[in-house]
Amino acid sequence: MDYVPMVARWLHFLAGIMWVGLLYYFNFVQVPALKAANADGTAAGITRHVAPLALLYFRWAAVVTWLAGAALLGPNFGNAFSLAPGYAGIGIGAWLGTIMLLNVWVLIWPNQQKILGMKPATDDEKNKARRIALLTSRANTMLSLPMLFFMAGGLTHKAAFGL
Amino acid sequence: MKNPLDSIWGTIISGLVLTAILYAAVKNFLM
Repeated sequence: MDYVPMVARWLHFLAGIMWVGLLYYFNFVQVPALKAANADGTAAGITRHVAPLALLYFRWAAVVTWLAGAALLGPNFGNAFSLAPGYAGIGIGAWLGTIMLLNVWVLIWPNQQKILGMKPATDDEKNKARRIALLTSRANTMLSLPMLFFMAGGLTHKAAFGL
Repeated sequence: MKNPLDSIWGTIISGLVLTAILYAAVKNFLM
């Protein structure tokens, strides 16, 4: 009977680590590495072989994380998302995670497809896509700090709010 | 004014500030 939340929590952690881990990889490793690689003409290896694979795991890990999180909330799903008394802490975490998921699928992925040549785009469109993808990725990195703070408190946030 | 998200440190500091603001809001108004 308690297996569903147990497995959901496990999956939420596994997929969440992959999602946020790859987000941090993009922001802390790939962006500065690409700048250096563009300067010495070695960027193709990253953009052709590393980035598409990293993006594949990144965007699907985001979906699995959200679904496992929703399963973990179970009957408290509505309380969390409506920020009901006692559930506002986890609710803010859930909202931040949801905004991050939408950023991945609505802004980062479609723009990355243009940047990596998976979708036809002019140079002008690619430059615009680069800026949008970078800022959205950075916004998600920024949001990950409060998101993880509120997720780390669990469902009740006893430690953080003295409940 | 420069966009703080243009640098990784600006991003981290913005995230910390947002955490503090949301924590205070939840503690004082929502719990």
